[in-house]
Amino acid sequence: MNKVLEVRNLSKIYGPGCPHCIESTGPEADTNLCPHCGSVVAIHDVSFDLFEGEILGVMGESGSGKSTVVKALYFDQAPSGGEAIFFDGDTQHELFALNAARQRWLRNHRFGMVYQNPNLGLNFNISAGGNIAERLLMSDLMDYGAIRERAKALLARTEVLLSRVDDLPKHFSGGMQQRVQIAKALATQPPLLFLDEVTTGLDLSVQARILDLILEIQQELKTAMVVVTHDLGVIRLLTGRAIVMKYGRVIETGLTDQILEDPQHAYTQRLVASAL
Amino acid sequence: MNAMSHTTGGNAYNFGFLDEYAKKEIRRAVLKAIAIPGYQVPYASREMPMGRGFGTGGLQLTLALIGPGEVVKVIDQGSDDSVNAVNLRQFIEMTCPGVSTTTRTAEASLIQSRHRIPERPLTPTQILVLQVPYPDPLVVVEPSEDKRKIMHGEADYSRLLVKLYEDIVQFDEITISHRYPTRINGHYVIDPSPIPRWDVPRLDHAAALTLFGAGREKKIYAVPPHTRAEPLAFSDVPFRVEDFRDAAGRRRACARCGCTDSFLDEFSSDAGEKVYQCSDTDWCDEKLLRKESLRGEAA
Ligand SMILES: Nc1ncnc2c1ncn2[C@@H]1O[C@H](COP(=O)(O)OP(=O)(O)O)[C@@H](O)[C@H]1O
Ligand SMILES: [Mg+2]
Ligand SMILES: [Zn+2]
Ligand SMILES: [Zn+2]
Repeated sequence: MNKVLEVRNLSKIYGPGCPHCIESTGPEADTNLCPHCGSVVAIHDVSFDLFEGEILGVMGESGSGKSTVVKALYFDQAPSGGEAIFFDGDTQHELFALNAARQRWLRNHRFGMVYQNPNLGLNFNISAGGNIAERLLMSDLMDYGAIRERAKALLARTEVLLSRVDDLPKHFSGGMQQRVQIAKALATQPPLLFLDEVTTGLDLSVQARILDLILEIQQELKTAMVVVTHDLGVIRLLTGRAIVMKYGRVIETGLTDQILEDPQHAYTQRLVASAL
Repeated sequence: MNAMSHTTGGNAYNFGFLDEYAKKEIRRAVLKAIAIPGYQVPYASREMPMGRGFGTGGLQLTLALIGPGEVVKVIDQGSDDSVNAVNLRQFIEMTCPGVSTTTRTAEASLIQSRHRIPERPLTPTQILVLQVPYPDPLVVVEPSEDKRKIMHGEADYSRLLVKLYEDIVQFDEITISHRYPTRINGHYVIDPSPIPRWDVPRLDHAAALTLFGAGREKKIYAVPPHTRAEPLAFSDVPFRVEDFRDAAGRRRACARCGCTDSFLDEFSSDAGEKVYQCSDTDWCDEKLLRKESLRGEAA
């Protein structure tokens, strides 16, 4: 299988940092807040690989650093350390060594992101179709008719009513906003997609349909995905492999089935038990 | 002492009102603007003895470029006679001894204008200075100037193009009437100042240098001669200029000179009818003169 992403020793510290930050934080220390300097070690030493067509889960409690991982990889927030290599066909991109323009190019053309908060992924002041058009225009498609066709096809694929293509997403339901976000993320057919708590807060029936959609997309397009969620049900349904995070560190990693059936780490055991 | 800095009739003004240092700074900004077509060059806009928003950006450019022997024309919305144009012209006459002014486009070496480009094609020896209220076309989609600078640097205009997309969705056409975003030399998109769409194609590969001055926003930018100027559009929804055809599909003519290929202003006659007339008064005068002389010859 082809590797899509290789992440090594990723770390992000909010605050000034000090020589004691790392030893004073993490699962053993039972905190991510350095008592010496007050910095937040949001993530430290996070490493994983992602392969073509694979969905990797990132699980853990709120505050464990899950979002920080995908934000760094999607260039929303620069990491404090570590490396990530994106394998795109025959080319390799060392993500954090690229200049801002190259990073923006990758983000617009080769990555997609769906946020928990649709406000972050969508411009609420332009229509659903316009949101998708924006991404297509970033990739230099300049034909209005073609842009519109493609926007409609994407919205149809994500089961958004075509009669709403010209409506503002701020008037949409939460589930529909997520569908538009997914359509937008898929506009350039990216080989890599990040999904951060995309179903959190939605009705269960709405959740189920969106999760189905994500699985269908993965099967159709062979898109590699990193799925961040604190919901073990989502992990079980979507992911083949997962990493478990606590206080910014990866404490367990493996096949999702194994993690859920036979968790090794006491913390994971508690997580799984509480979700039963 | 600098040869240019003589005083005017007892007044302590430097030639061109601005001190030589200020002029040099503006000229440096102009050179940079020419070297990077469409790039908004920041400069230290000076206080002028009139309110900002009355063309002080354009006036500073004019005063920095003007030399003895210059022939200056000042127009406002195509007219030499509007209060704003008259005030600016008088100010230039007062502060620049040895400089003459004209209303004839053909005679002018430097034209300062608000909201129009003269109909008569400009020549390589002429400079057009346009007054600009809002220099940055991205301001409608991005409030942060720092972010706008990055977007310009990367030629990231997708959010501007989405505006056009939304326009077509709503109105079946692009409805921007003035300040039409225009890409210069394949990279920077400029706000060409509130000229009508009619004037935009005349920036493209123009023989004359066009300079843009925004006094309040402290920016200067340029479309150098023979430079590409492309209004943003879609490949299948091309840019169009104003349509001056009547209900029957006939091109309206100027009620005064009869011209059928100029930009027309619309008035209401005393009888309440719509009347159309050239917005460029010099162009209209010239057409009228020619018509009358032809009639004279025929008689
Ligand atoms: N901008 C920020 N400034 C300071 N601390 C932050 C910032 N963003 C996140 N954090 C902290 O980093 C830690 C990890 O956050 P996050 O990655 O959002 O966790 P998760 O997604 O697992 O809930 C949390 O303690 C959070 O408070
Ligand atoms: Mg989170
Ligand atoms: Zn510390
Ligand atoms: Zn006329």
